[in-house]
Order: sequence, then structure tokens, then C-alpha cells
Amino acid sequence: MASEILRLENVCKAYNVGLPTETEVLHGIDLELDHGEFLALIGPSGSGKSTLLNIVGLLDQPTSGRLLIKGRDIADLGDTEITHLRGHTIGFVFQYHLLISAFTARENVMMPMLADRGFASADIEARADRLLAQVGLEKFAGNLANNMSGGQQQRVAVARALAMSPDLVLADEPTGNLDTKSADAVFELMRQVNRESGTSFLLVTHNMDLARRCDRIIEVVDGRIRA
Amino acid sequence: MNRWLPFEWTMAVRFLREGRLQTIFIIGGISIGVGVIVFMSAMLAGLQANFIKRVLTSQPQIQLLTPDQVARPLRNGAGEIEDAVVQRPSQRVISIDQWPKIRARMQAMPEVVAVSPTILGSVLAVRGDASRSVNLSGVEPDSYFKIVKVPDYIVAGEPRLTSEDIIIGIELAKDLGAAVGDKINVRAASGATRVLTISGLVDLGNKSVNQRVCYAALRTAQSLLGMIGGITTIDITVGDIYAAEDIAQRIQAANVVEADSWIKTNAQFFTAVQAQQNTNTLIRLFVGLSVAFGIAAVLVVSVIQRSKDIGILRAMGTSRGQILRVFLVQGGLLGFVGSLFGAALGAFALVYWHSVARQADGTELFPLILERSLFAYTALLATVTGLLAAMAPAVRAAKLDPVVAIRG
Repeated sequence: MASEILRLENVCKAYNVGLPTETEVLHGIDLELDHGEFLALIGPSGSGKSTLLNIVGLLDQPTSGRLLIKGRDIADLGDTEITHLRGHTIGFVFQYHLLISAFTARENVMMPMLADRGFASADIEARADRLLAQVGLEKFAGNLANNMSGGQQQRVAVARALAMSPDLVLADEPTGNLDTKSADAVFELMRQVNRESGTSFLLVTHNMDLARRCDRIIEVVDGRIRA
Repeated sequence: MNRWLPFEWTMAVRFLREGRLQTIFIIGGISIGVGVIVFMSAMLAGLQANFIKRVLTSQPQIQLLTPDQVARPLRNGAGEIEDAVVQRPSQRVISIDQWPKIRARMQAMPEVVAVSPTILGSVLAVRGDASRSVNLSGVEPDSYFKIVKVPDYIVAGEPRLTSEDIIIGIELAKDLGAAVGDKINVRAASGATRVLTISGLVDLGNKSVNQRVCYAALRTAQSLLGMIGGITTIDITVGDIYAAEDIAQRIQAANVVEADSWIKTNAQFFTAVQAQQNTNTLIRLFVGLSVAFGIAAVLVVSVIQRSKDIGILRAMGTSRGQILRVFLVQGGLLGFVGSLFGAALGAFALVYWHSVARQADGTELFPLILERSLFAYTALLATVTGLLAAMAPAVRAAKLDPVVAIRG
């Protein structure tokens, strides 16, 4: 049996806690994700998918319940450890605002490594080039983010998410803004990385065709996982 | 990507470069502010230096005089209280008692640079039908010229003072119709008269002074004023000109003399200097504040513009501390680069103004003083101002909730 990378136990998330406008958006979520698994998270808009993804990505905290990443309870960690865990264990691919516009494709891919080590180096540049080659964009390494198409930017974002060799990549509708062909290419790229390196993926999508090509589909409706 | 720049510096430089127009405008603003500070500081320092130089090279920094002569009413008996009305006695011109001993004591003081005994008195300068009442200073040229730079003010002739020579002011020379080499009669109130040869003409920069000033050798003046071996003042120059009043008070406390410092005798000048310095400080403060607010405003806008980038960076594992430093570095860089341009702008304005602004006599209004320390100090101050101004936006950026930031 594959080892577990992620576990959520009865995770709830509410906003405006203690106020008359208190709203609970996640109600007792239980979820497990194994190493090397490619999971699709589907559901209608406003169902709590992105909130769940933010909690898993350590960008947000649950109101109650337990979140364990690689067996470590997040409640026991301080801000520095959470930042470190986020940098080393988790990679993000966002739907909008994919790259930092002031930097080239190569520099965007280098960014997580640069933030971790403090200085650029030949090693970091070489790894960024390898990752860009992996996503088929070695020729665009020197292009500024704004000078690339949406599909190209998203592939750079995938390369960036893989820069720190994370155990888990969280992708929030990464193909939502792309045409069918580009969406397919980006999905295939992630699937390939998943197969080759064993990186786990948690993919939020509205595209049922893509979801069906994942290992498992979880549907979130009104803040609950539908069995 | 530069391998020598730390992550925070790389981010800061790129963010500034990408917001080019914003960066250029704020650097322009900082440059003007810094330029004003450099220009004002250097010009005021020059004006003050010029003024102080003029004041201190044409008069002693400390002057020791005979104490005031006071009338002492007699008492009838011990413990008896009197309420006498005492008339102030007329002040005779008398010599400082034991002056060679006092001079030796002054010369032994480490703060004192030069000491010179002088005799002052009013005499009549006569040439032909023209006569003028003048102030005669009898001096020992070797020591006196170290205190009052008479040779610097000579406009004709030479600073020579033998027993037969006299140096007079240029206005007096005009009044008497005399020139260098001419002889004039010098007549004291007692009737004593000497014929002296004009060895030099001085211009002390003040018309009424130039109408009355005369320098003769100490012994010549002593014999004219009927005070053989006596002197009326001891003139002193000290190392630290601003300590003159303090030193004068100590001298007065330890000797039977009255000690007047240039600070006391030029109180009005000092008030003007102080007012100038206060104005300069206020201008610097307000310019500094406007620069700080300018930097802060630009960075606050930058934080809003960059919120998604900040969110992405935080999601990639960038710590709050790193985000804080990215914006602090931007503030510091803006301040520093602005100060470099500002220093150049200030120096240029200073050189231009120095060449244009002239005194009534055509000489420079102020000496051109471009001290490196002023530029270093201004650059440091602007950088620190930039850092402080960036503090609030940087903290705001560091505290941004990544979820909210990414959502925009």
C-alpha cells in the first residue's frame, strides 16, 4: 500500500467566526491522498473546493479538525515551519496570474529555489532549464512572462511548481483559462510528471473529461464530500 | 539573474525596474529634496564660514581688559546697612596690572593659540590741514598678526610696523589725502606728537572702521599715549572658537581682568547664525518628511499592485521576513539612488550659484565648500529615511494573507 501524503480529519472552515455573519463553508471534510496519486476535486462553484485547496496548501487554516501532511499535524507547527513545509513539500499551480511578470520564464521557475537558498547559482539555473525542457519550453526560457501565451505560461507554472521536487502539487483549475488543446497539453504534462516522478496531484477542475482521466474523483458539494 | 544579489535584492530591483515610471518619478522627487538639502547646507555652511572668518580674522577671539573702576562707599561700622547712591566713576585709561605675568599664564593654557599685548587709545591723525580722530592700536606685529590677520587685509604697501611706521585704513588715507610712504602727524590728547610713515593701507570691510583704524608698534603707541610699559588689552586666539566664551569666563575667574569673548561681543551675529541653523534644520526636516511620505506612498501603491505576486511568493515558500525585506530594500534603494542624483543636483546648483552670486565688492558671496562628509551624511540620511518610510508598506506586505492576496 502506498504511503499517505495527506490526511484531513473532520476539517471544518468557517468565516467571520463569532459574528452574526458567521458562515461555515466546509463541514467535516475527511480526505486522504497517497503518494503518487492523481486526484480530481470537482464540484460546482462556491462548493468550497478552493477553500479546501488553500487549507491543504497551508495558505489557510481550518477552524476545526486535523490536517496532517506527511504524518505531521499542522496544528503543532509554527509559521516558520509551515512556510518551510509549503516551500519544500507543496507546489502550486494557479488558474489566474500564473507568473511574476517582472521575470523571465527561467527566472520564474528559479524563484522557489532562490527563495529557499537566497542566491542564484549555476545549479539552480540548470535545474530551471531542465524543468523548462521537460515542459517543452526550453526555447522560451528568456521570455518575459507577459510575452507568452496562456498555455505556455501555465506550463511554466507547472515547471515552477515542480522546482523544489514537491511531494504534492495543488492545481486550482489550471486549465480553466485555456483552450481545449492547451488544456489537454497541460493536463498531460502533469500526468506525465505524476507517472515519472511519483508526485501526488490534487487537481481542482470543472472539466469532467479531465477529471475522468485522474486516478480518483472526489466531489465537493455544499462544503461536504459526496460519497 | 545576478548571482551576487540576494533573493530580496533581486526581487526589489526587478519590482522597481518594472514600475519604471513610478520609480523615475519618486527618484526625481527624492533627488530634488536631497538637492535642496545639499545646496542649503553647503551654502549656509559657506556663508557662515565666510562670516566667521571675516569676524575672527579682524578681531581677537578673547580680549582681556582692565576691570571696571568702581567707587567703594565707606561704611560707618560692621553690620550697618547702607543704601548709598553711588555715582559711577569716569573710567581712566590705565594699564592692566601685572600684564606680563598674565600673558605668561595665558600662553601656558593649552586651549590658547596666540596671545598679544595691545594698547588702545584715541589720537588725532593730522596731515596738512586735514585731521581725523582715530583709534590707535599699538601692537607687537609678530604675535598680533596671528590674532588679527592684518597682512590679509593689506590692500597697498606692506604689513611692516617698525617704531616709525603706521598702518591705516583706506578710508582714513582718502580723508587725509595720504598714500603709502607718506608721513602723518599723530597727536595724542596729552599733546605728545610723533611723525609716522604710512607703511600699509588696510581694508577691514567696513567703511567706518576703515575711517578710524590705525596700527603702530607697541612701544611707539605706548610713548604716544603716555603709558610707557603699559597695555590696555591682551588679545587672545583659542583653538576652538566656539569655546571662547567658556575659556573667557575661566580666565576672568582666575585673573584680575575682564575677559570678553567674541561670542559675547557679537551676540547679534550669533543670534543670526542660530536663526539660520534653526531655519536650515526645519527645512531639512520638512524636506526629509516629504521625501519619506513620497517613498511610503509609492511603496504602499506598489504593495497593492504586487499583492498577487506577494501571494504567489508566499505560496512558493517565501517567508514573511523575506517579503518584509523586499520592500525595505526598495525603500533603501530609492533613498540611496535618489540621494546620489540629489547630491549631484545640489552640487551643480551650488557651483552655479557660487559663480553667479557676488558681494557688492565683486568678491564671492560664500566660499565653495563641497565636503565629502556632507554627501556621505546626506546619502546615509536619505537611505535611512527610505528604509523607515518603507517600514509601514513592508509590514503591510509581509502581513498580507496569501489567500486574499492571490485572489486579489
